[in-house]
Amino acid sequence: MVTLVRIIHTGVVSFGRNIWLSSATTAVLSLSLSVAMGILLFSVVVQGVVTELESKVDISVYFRADASDEKIAEVRDDVERFPEVVETRYTSRDEALNSFRERHADNEVIQQALSELDENPLEASLAIRAVDASAYAAIASFLEGRFSDVVSKVNYRENSTIIGRIFSVTNAIRSGGLILGIALFLVAGLIAFNTIRLAIFSSREEIAVMRLVGASNWFIRGPFVVEGALNGIIAAVVTFALFFGIALLVREPVARFLPGVDLFLYYRAHWAELLGFSAILGVATSIASSAVAIRRYLRT
Amino acid sequence: MIIFDRITKRYGADIVALADVSFKIERGEFLSLVGKSGAGKSTLLKLLIGEEHPTEGKVLFRETDVAALKPHELPSHRRRIGAVFQDFRLLTARTVAENVAFAMEVVGKRGREIREVVPQALKLVGLAGHAQRFPRELSGGEKQRVAIARALVHDPDCIIADEPTGNLDPVTSWEIVRLLARINELAGTAVVLATHDKDIVNALRKRVVVLESGRLLRDDSEGRYAL
Repeated sequence: MVTLVRIIHTGVVSFGRNIWLSSATTAVLSLSLSVAMGILLFSVVVQGVVTELESKVDISVYFRADASDEKIAEVRDDVERFPEVVETRYTSRDEALNSFRERHADNEVIQQALSELDENPLEASLAIRAVDASAYAAIASFLEGRFSDVVSKVNYRENSTIIGRIFSVTNAIRSGGLILGIALFLVAGLIAFNTIRLAIFSSREEIAVMRLVGASNWFIRGPFVVEGALNGIIAAVVTFALFFGIALLVREPVARFLPGVDLFLYYRAHWAELLGFSAILGVATSIASSAVAIRRYLRT
Repeated sequence: MIIFDRITKRYGADIVALADVSFKIERGEFLSLVGKSGAGKSTLLKLLIGEEHPTEGKVLFRETDVAALKPHELPSHRRRIGAVFQDFRLLTARTVAENVAFAMEVVGKRGREIREVVPQALKLVGLAGHAQRFPRELSGGEKQRVAIARALVHDPDCIIADEPTGNLDPVTSWEIVRLLARINELAGTAVVLATHDKDIVNALRKRVVVLESGRLLRDDSEGRYAL
């Protein structure tokens, strides 16, 4: 207990006495944390864009005019049983006609043509949204085979190319972003590690003296770990404050380009997670780097 | 208390630092270890604190074979020995008082005892007013006094001093050696002084062990430095 208090005290005092070295280390650590935070927030934006894009993709099943409501309900139930299906939306013949009318309210020719018809020419349809492109092909084949008596058309065939393309783009963005993110993250971690290694390198003679006096390894390592934790916490707070400002600044431009993405709102809603993320990452990086860097000076 | 038993230390195949050296050091003894540079004085002291291992033979410290100590047992072994070096080896980022206190913290002494004993130790070495200074603000002689205070403050069985006067002028050197002799007399701490300073050894009139090219040349109970 006495030793623990002593270790913490020594770490804090040493942090204060080496304020220049401590500040430099904290600054580099903040930079690394900023990279991590940047990746995180960027991925939030990209995720928003990708989800938005993917939600625009769906296929529709059109039913013959004589298909009964029961049969249509059966189709709907069967489709919803696919685990890949996210959402289905039914449009009856009357609803289809109404929305068609509304859409072409200004076009007198169409309005007149419609009123001259005795019967509603439009078909009821079921819009289906699935998690990925491959599911659509399976759903389309299933419907065309199993319910050929009620299904008049599945618009998958004509849309399949564009659906495939959209999904390949969004998947590329996801995996490319992930690889880039991991690479940047690793580089940032290496920079932080190297900075801390240099800071400890400058203390190697002190470490040798402590060993000579008979200090145990933990008694030597302890204060460095405490200093590392302090570095991590301060860097986390600096990074958090920095990104608070950035989120506020880029809020409007981002919202203009990507409607529905409000970074600042996201930042405010998730402030505890974000602060926790940078604090845990900062402290962990710093402590781990200190512990690894000091190891070579603790061997006999 | 300390037994060097037929010690041979070789570096590689050709370099022989010590060859078949044997002698004993008793409790409370003051011993000067003399010889030219490269005679093997420092190697002998390194073997004693477990920084190096002998190629042949044994170093026994209070019946413990130093070379057989495991890495985690070395710290507690070193706490029984106070060490003073030519280059002082102080903690440059800590004050004089903290440097001395460090040796007590290492052995787990309580804060109250540390606050009580450190000023006494500083007074003993003549640095009473320097507690809050940093090593860079001290002269060579003062630095060595801090090192001595640190070496004795946790009441070790033995103090080893490896050329403690090597960086000091003759007057300061003599003061440092007198300080070591005083500690030896007052506290009964054994002192091993490795030096090549002829005048100091001759003035001390204590036991002298002479090394030459790694061999034990002479061991006189009240010796003089003569090769």
